[in-house]
Amino acid sequence: MTAVHEAPPAPPGEPDAPEKQPLRRRVREVLHANPVLGPAAVLLLSVVVFSVGSDRFLDPTNISLIVQQVAVVGVLALGQTLIILTAGIDLSVGAIMVLSSIVMAKLSAEAGLPGPVALLAGFATGLFCGLVNGFLVTRLKLPPFIVTLGSLNVFFALNLWLSGSATVRGSDMSPWLLVMGETFPVLGARFTLGSVVLLLTCLVLAYALRQTGWGRHVYAIGDDREAARLSGIRVDRMLLSVYAVAGLVYGLAAWVLIGRISAASPQAGIDDNLNSITAVVLGGTSLFGGRGAIVGTLVGALIVGVFRNGLTLVGVDALWQNFAVGILVIVAVSIDQWIRKPA
Amino acid sequence: MRRSSRTTVAVMAAAGLFLVAACGDDASEAGGGSTGGAAGGDGDVIVGLVTKTDTNPFFVKMKEGAEAKAEELGLELQAYAGAQDGDNEGQVEAIENLIAAGASGILITPNDSEAIVPSIEKARDAGILVIALDTQLEPPDAADATFATDNFRAGELVGEWAAAQFEASGEEAKIATLDLNANGVSVDVQRNQGFLTGFGIDVADPETMGDEDDPRIVGSDVTDGAEEGGRTAMENLLQADPDINLVYTINEPAAAGAYEALKAAGREGEVTIVSIDGGCPGVDNVAAGVIGATSMQFPLDMAGLGVEAVAKYAEDGTLPEPTEGLDFVDTGVTLVTDEAVDGIESEDSAWGSENCWG
Repeated sequence: MTAVHEAPPAPPGEPDAPEKQPLRRRVREVLHANPVLGPAAVLLLSVVVFSVGSDRFLDPTNISLIVQQVAVVGVLALGQTLIILTAGIDLSVGAIMVLSSIVMAKLSAEAGLPGPVALLAGFATGLFCGLVNGFLVTRLKLPPFIVTLGSLNVFFALNLWLSGSATVRGSDMSPWLLVMGETFPVLGARFTLGSVVLLLTCLVLAYALRQTGWGRHVYAIGDDREAARLSGIRVDRMLLSVYAVAGLVYGLAAWVLIGRISAASPQAGIDDNLNSITAVVLGGTSLFGGRGAIVGTLVGALIVGVFRNGLTLVGVDALWQNFAVGILVIVAVSIDQWIRKPA
Repeated sequence: MRRSSRTTVAVMAAAGLFLVAACGDDASEAGGGSTGGAAGGDGDVIVGLVTKTDTNPFFVKMKEGAEAKAEELGLELQAYAGAQDGDNEGQVEAIENLIAAGASGILITPNDSEAIVPSIEKARDAGILVIALDTQLEPPDAADATFATDNFRAGELVGEWAAAQFEASGEEAKIATLDLNANGVSVDVQRNQGFLTGFGIDVADPETMGDEDDPRIVGSDVTDGAEEGGRTAMENLLQADPDINLVYTINEPAAAGAYEALKAAGREGEVTIVSIDGGCPGVDNVAAGVIGATSMQFPLDMAGLGVEAVAKYAEDGTLPEPTEGLDFVDTGVTLVTDEAVDGIESEDSAWGSENCWG
């Protein structure tokens, strides 16, 4: 880094400019190298502000509550991150999750299949939907935005058809399906298994992205697809695998969702398509692909959770909660643009 | 050339696959557009139904009610729906189609009560009877009539019931309201203000939620009328005030979510939840003790009465008359609870299960 800065020696006539430039540039480079840094700072700052605003905020129960609340969108957003890293976008996440949850619930509650079988069928549904998206993106060379806009409607329609627009109640299902809502104590708080799934999924995907060839290829494709192809990466197969993994992750989110609401509802998750993108963007992953980290997405989801919870605790109207989250998104994307601007 | 035609074939194959998958039992449902049967014979009376969405069980039931009544009366029903909640354009298109088809009457649940009015005017200029179902237009007289639940009364009923419960126990109420969303739609406002009025709280301006200063109200949050929103809102409000003991919810899915939050906090036995809608899962929750009382609406009647009104209008031009004292035709609301209170008429959950929708 220093070498880069010292290369053009400061012209003697302009003493001010070189002093100002390196600082801004250094900040930019640090942020560029550590995409999680910015979101983490925002999360920390908002935690500090809300703990001053309400003495209940830092309560261990409240902290565990926020983690529970972001579990569903968080898991979805992890899958979404994979796709956005390849410079794609997935508008069908919520629909895939709900379809998977309905499959699980119906097979358990109405077909009477054993819990694990119903769960596997639900995961398979997620995987299949992901493969359909991936197939359309890679084989037909359609933009992911268009593919998933279309499949969103298709999956949503299938979900309504399958469920008959009716909610399946948790009491009719195998306990296996509801296990994600079970809690266990940690330091005076109670965490759900759903929160654990969120953390584990994040760790597994972070490892896969950082430590495996598959992960490096994900970044490479997002950064410059043509360069990735020329360097021998089988781009289409990679993309198909990314959509498949994401679909499987959405299936996992379906399990977490059923545990959280003790039911499978065709009306659930309608907003989660966009909420998942919000978490990814707030987490510092670039919508243009190739830059970002999965851990950032977890932080991004927590930022939204902290805002909603904290603003409710201090009695702020829902309208202004939306306002605050909206401003955050715009700021996050502006920072991303600034980081990407050639120095 | 070769390549693009191959792509076309592949697209069509993919689309075909989806269609096959989607057409399991009722091919006419696909696409969310017109589900009108085969073009009617000569001189058939056409009645159009335009609902908010195809997805909400409430509107699914409404459509069933309209279909049944149309068949009984020998009318042809053409059903349309918006693509999603708030989709005005889809409903405008539906009205245009119905005008073109020469419908005698249109039953519509507006997604946007104001923006739909110019299209409604066109329909009425063409001599079509227009009836708003469930949701009034802005202004209400933009339609020939409105067939709806008295949402204020629906809220008032559960409010009165809750007040009687708290009076009997001598406990002081700490109230949380779980509303719909930040849009302040009329149904949301009317139910909320009705509940507070029924409970005996001064609502200040009944057109505005959240302007009350009664200390018994300890918090409000929005739910989007869904389980997850209900749970999250309840969790946050409990965190703000753990002593909440009375919860009003905009609908029964939100109530189910709120109950999950209360259960997780170990307070499910100590908190009274009241709700509105009368969907079958909600009535089941009344029987299970999750919901203390709910106000049941009657979407089947709403649609059935609407179709009857169109039939009458087509026959001799009779216009429907509003219920006395109201500016709409009240399709009724019934309190469903297993803890009946003296002086408040109610039915139990067994009756509820027989009469619920969805």
